[in-house]
Parts: sequence; C-alpha cells; structure tokens
Amino acid sequence: MVATSETIKKVRETTSKYKYGFSTNIEVDKAPKGLNEEVIRLISLKKDEPEWMLEWRLEAYRKWLKMERPSWSKVNFPEIDFQEIHYYAAPKQKKKLNSLDEVDPELLKTYEKLGIPLNEQKMLAGVAVDVVFDSVSVATTFKEKLAESGVIFCPISEAIQKHPELIKKYLGSVVPVTDNYYTALNSAVFTDGSFVYVPKNVKCPMELSTYFRINEQNTGQFERTLIIVEDAGYVSYLEGCTAPQRDENQLHAAVVELVAMEDSEIKYSTVQNWYPGDENGVGGIYNFVTKRGKCLGARSKISWTQVETGSSITWKYPSCILQGDGSVGEFYSVAITNNAQQADTGTKMIHIGKNTKSTIISKGISAGNSQNTYRGQVQIQKSAKNARNFTQCDSLLIGDKCSAVTIPYINQHVSNAKVEHEATTSKISDDQLFYCFQRGIDTEAATSLIVNGFCKEVMKELPMEFAVEAQKLIGISLEGSVG
Amino acid sequence: MAILNINNVHLNVEEKQILKGISLSVNKGEVHAIMGPNGSGKSTLSYMLAGREGYELESGQVLFDQMDISTMSADERAKAGMFLAFQYPVELPGVSSMNFLREAVNSRRKYLGEAELNHLDFVKEARRIAKEMFIKDEMLKRYVNVGFSGGEKKRFEIFQMSMLNPKVAVLDETDSGLDVDALKIVSDGVNNFRSKENSVILITHYQRLLDYIVPDYVHILADGVIKKSGGPELALHVEKNGYAGIINAA
Repeated sequence: MVATSETIKKVRETTSKYKYGFSTNIEVDKAPKGLNEEVIRLISLKKDEPEWMLEWRLEAYRKWLKMERPSWSKVNFPEIDFQEIHYYAAPKQKKKLNSLDEVDPELLKTYEKLGIPLNEQKMLAGVAVDVVFDSVSVATTFKEKLAESGVIFCPISEAIQKHPELIKKYLGSVVPVTDNYYTALNSAVFTDGSFVYVPKNVKCPMELSTYFRINEQNTGQFERTLIIVEDAGYVSYLEGCTAPQRDENQLHAAVVELVAMEDSEIKYSTVQNWYPGDENGVGGIYNFVTKRGKCLGARSKISWTQVETGSSITWKYPSCILQGDGSVGEFYSVAITNNAQQADTGTKMIHIGKNTKSTIISKGISAGNSQNTYRGQVQIQKSAKNARNFTQCDSLLIGDKCSAVTIPYINQHVSNAKVEHEATTSKISDDQLFYCFQRGIDTEAATSLIVNGFCKEVMKELPMEFAVEAQKLIGISLEGSVG
Repeated sequence: MAILNINNVHLNVEEKQILKGISLSVNKGEVHAIMGPNGSGKSTLSYMLAGREGYELESGQVLFDQMDISTMSADERAKAGMFLAFQYPVELPGVSSMNFLREAVNSRRKYLGEAELNHLDFVKEARRIAKEMFIKDEMLKRYVNVGFSGGEKKRFEIFQMSMLNPKVAVLDETDSGLDVDALKIVSDGVNNFRSKENSVILITHYQRLLDYIVPDYVHILADGVIKKSGGPELALHVEKNGYAGIINAA
C-alpha cells in the first residue's frame, strides 16, 4: 500500500482499536466448505485453466493428503479444520472490465476505507497496482507503460493462460509442491496472486505493488506469486495487507517464489498488517507463508524486507538459495508482536555458489503478552567456497509479560567461509521515556520514536512510499503497550 | 506575577523523605539559582517539577502559570512550557536529533494552538539557532545524544530549550563537566534566552556558573528545605565559606 496524503491521514486518525475492522457487502460466488478433488476441479474450471494446470493441482492435493502437519514452531493454536474452509470465493462480476469505472462501487468504497482510493493510486506516478480482492484481481493499472518496457505484471491466473511456458518452467521450481504441508495445500487450491516477468536488461520502470485483502468470511486465502527476472534485469515489488475484523480465525497460506538470473536484482518488500485478533488474540489471522527466492544466475541479488505488525500468528521465513557464484541474499525484518500475538519468523540463507554473501538484520519487538521468535538458518554447503554471512538479531521488550527468543542454526561445511552472528536484547528504559515526555512527546509518540529508532537499519531498506506508512504502523501496533 | 509557585512541598522518593516543606516563588523575567550540597534534594526538585514518575507530591502544592501541576502529566507540563535541561541527557539510538526536536516543537505548538512547522521552516529555524550555539549541522544529523561528548550533550540541551521557548527552564547542573569555552557557549545561550516573559532556575554546585549567568536570587537548599535566600552575594559567600555555616545557622 502506498502512503498517499490520504492514507497518512487515515492512519493518524486511528484509535487503539483495529481500524480496518469492517467488511463489505458484495455478493460472493463461493465454493462449498471443505476440500476434495471436486472443489479443486471447480477452482480450475472457474479460472478457465488448461488441463495441465488442473493435473498439477490434483497431484499436489494427493500429496498433501499424505503429509503431516508441522509442529516444530513455537506458535500455539487450535487445530485447523480444513473441511471448514471455503477454498474459492470471488466477487461477482458480470463481464470483463475495461477500466476502473466499471469496477463495483462497493469495492472502490472498500479501498477508500483502507485509505488507498485506486483513483488516487492511479495518479501516483511510478506505482502500478494489481489489486487482489479476496481471490480475483479486479483492477490493474499502468499495464500499458509496463508493457512498453516488456515487463509482464498480471494476475497469475492470467499468466497461466497467456504464458504457460513460463509457468510450467518456474512454478514450483523454487518452492517444491511438497516443501511443507502448507505449500502442498497452496499448490492444490491457490486461486490468485501476482505474476511478474522482467526481460533481459530491463529495469522495471516503476515499483510494483500488490494489495492483498481478505474479505469473505471463512475464506482461506491461498495466494501464489511468481517473479522471474532475466539477466541484468531489476524489479522492486511491494506487498501490503490489511483485513477486516472477524470472530473466527482465518488461515492465510501463501507461496511466493522469486527467480533471479545473472546480474539481476529482485527487491521484495512487505508491510503486513492483518487483523491481529482482539486483546486475547481471538479472531486474528493465521499467516503461514512460504517465501523463497533463488539466485540462479551469477552475481544476482535477492533482498527481502519485511515489516510484520499484524496477524495473530505469523509463521514465515523468507529465504534465499544462493546458487549463482557471487550471488547476494539479504533479509531485513521488523516483527512486532503485542497483546497475544505470536510470531515465529526469520530466514534461511542457503549458500551453494562460490563467493556468495548474505546479510540478515532482524529486529523483534515484543509487547503485552506476546511471543516473538527469530529463527534463522545459515547453511554453507561444500561448494560455497569463500562464502560470507553476517547476522544481527536485536530484540526489544516492552513490559515484562512478553518474550523474545533467538534461535540461530548454522551449518558450515567449508573452512574458509565466514559466518558472524550478533544478538542483543534490550528494553525501552524509563529514562528514555521520561526524556521524551519532558520534551512534550506523549507516550504513544515516544514509543513510536524509540521503536522506529530501534528498527532504523531495516526501515531504511524500505522504498520511500512504504517507509512512511510502516513508521505509522509501528506506532499504531504498539498503542497502549507502554504506561 | 509568579509564573511558578512552590508551596510547602513534601515529597518522598522510594519512601524516603527528600523534600521537607520547600517553598519558592518565581516571577516572570527572574533567574533563580539553587545551590546546595550533594543529596540536598536539588535533582529531586527538578524531577518533581517536570513530573517524573515516582516524584509525586506527598503534600503541598505547585502552581505553574496558575495551573496545579499535580493534575498534569509530564508531557502536558512540557507542552505548557516547563523545560528541564537534564544533568545526564539520555541517548535515543536510531532517533535522529532533527526528527526528535521537530516532534517536540510541534507538540508544543499544537498545544498552544499554533500551526505546526513544516519540514522546511523547522530546518531553517533549527539551523539559525544552532549556528548561534556553535552547533554544527553534522551534530543535528546524529541520533539524539548518541556519540555526543559531555559538552555537546549540554549544548544540545540548551539548543532544545531555545527551540522550545519554554516559560520556565530548569537547568540541572548544566555546568557540570563543561570546560571554560563550553561553559561560555552554554551561558550565552541561556542569557540570550532570558527575557521578561520567561524564568530560569539554575541548579548548580558551583558559583562559577553565576559569573556567566547572573541570577536575581540565590537559594541554599539543604536537607529538603531552603535554608537561606539572598542575592548573588550569597553565592560568593558560599564559595568562600562553604555551606556549613549557613546550614548550621538556619
């Protein structure tokens, strides 16, 4: 989500209650609850998919049936009943849309409440927006300008039809279907997401932004995103989320795959602000996401930046497979937990190529009764001569009922590789707060200043448009946690 | 007219009585120096005025600009124009000095019903005042008090005071740890700030500061009460003879 003056105003007006707790009234075309081969066939049919795609889904489904739910994380939640979820829901559309004017006014109103009127977005120079409302993309902007440069940016369902050769080659190539329980499920039932293709030598002329939003009650959200950047290409991709207030937990199990060829660069930034549940964590989003990038070409670079403030449970490890010689992986993360939120997040850096380099900067902030775990793996394989990694994990505690845990796993199989790990834990001191108060800065603003200061190294990695909003979000998500 | 009226204040810190019936009246345009031996309650007095948690009144009353401060939170007092220059300014890692100060200045302006300064106007004003205090641009780009020398920290406190333009400024041992040059710069800052509209309370151990900032009144604080008040000559007397005579006589 891009911070327009309008959005900043909205964010400012926010009170301690979750402000995006509303839902729109749009007739929904939805699959019956539960999962079986028939439902998968329905999804595939609704999406007008070719036969090979349906086969791919069914195979994933059959594998999923044989898999066990993972239980190794530090997060706790009641067992999910996968037969109680709707796997397909789409806002009803009578015909194909040619322009924004034809978009359901109800939808546009929703965006307005979210603080990102599309009309304003369209005018915002340099940012194209592919909006996902529940599961179907309803509006895409800036397509023409992108097309001029040869960049493809479209819903993945469209890519399946128009660019089957790319989908067949790369879908599941970074995150295998059976990577884990949720990736298999996602592969079987994903309904939409984004597809980006940047051709050789092309620097994508604008930042690409997708706005995910969960709307339909009890609809599991299974996005699928695939980004491919050819030799010497570049793209910066922005992802942001909000969701309406609910009573029942919502599962979100997305899969994001990035492929970077020789000398190319992918910058993937996320601001995640899904409904965290009430003070006791009831009704929040379960965010179980698999994000992975493969630096396939030499000297390629993938950089993940995330600001995680929402969800009742966040369980994600954006990772890099550094296969090309001299390739670079980066992970910059701010994870904030308040009240009863739980986060188990971090990254994996898999060094395969020679002279590969990775940097991990993780800032965890815990308040209330929350629990914040950094879990990171750095693996230096035998072939990764001269690989280097630097990891820094800092935790900030607010109050005395929360917890922060840092769990680094380091597997080093090369003697001349260099792996460094630093970790700190600190608290916001009374002295710091009093100093701010004495300058007329109130509790909320002081907390926001101090916490943003703590996160500085990560925040500066965010694209400008995102950074402003992310700073506000950090303040909002910690409201009421001090004093 | 009294801008600050401290009336028979008793205050305990962690159940130990520190202020034992202190009274002090400060009018607009006056500079009061408060001197006293270690442990006499000088810093407690400053925290009490600023509204630090744990420094609430046991009894007595403090009126600031006709308002009973016991009903005001620390940030409200600051916004209303109560400023404390810290003896040990606090570091805020990652918080840029300019952002911090803009937040502070605009909170006060908002409280006063004035328009908030936009980025450009704020920077202009900050640069102007910084120049007067020999504060380099580079220092403003650093994080609040992080990597500042002792002298820089004190100068930065006075710089903030000038930016915020408070009604009452309490300077808690602002002279400690300063060399002569820094002391001169800080004193010039305070002297420039002095006007008919505001008041300054200087808390200090040493008469030296009072050569640079000449007070209207000098008070000797000992054992939680003001033992003696007088003009600048009282400070000179203390410098020469120590506190013992005054404390014992009272």
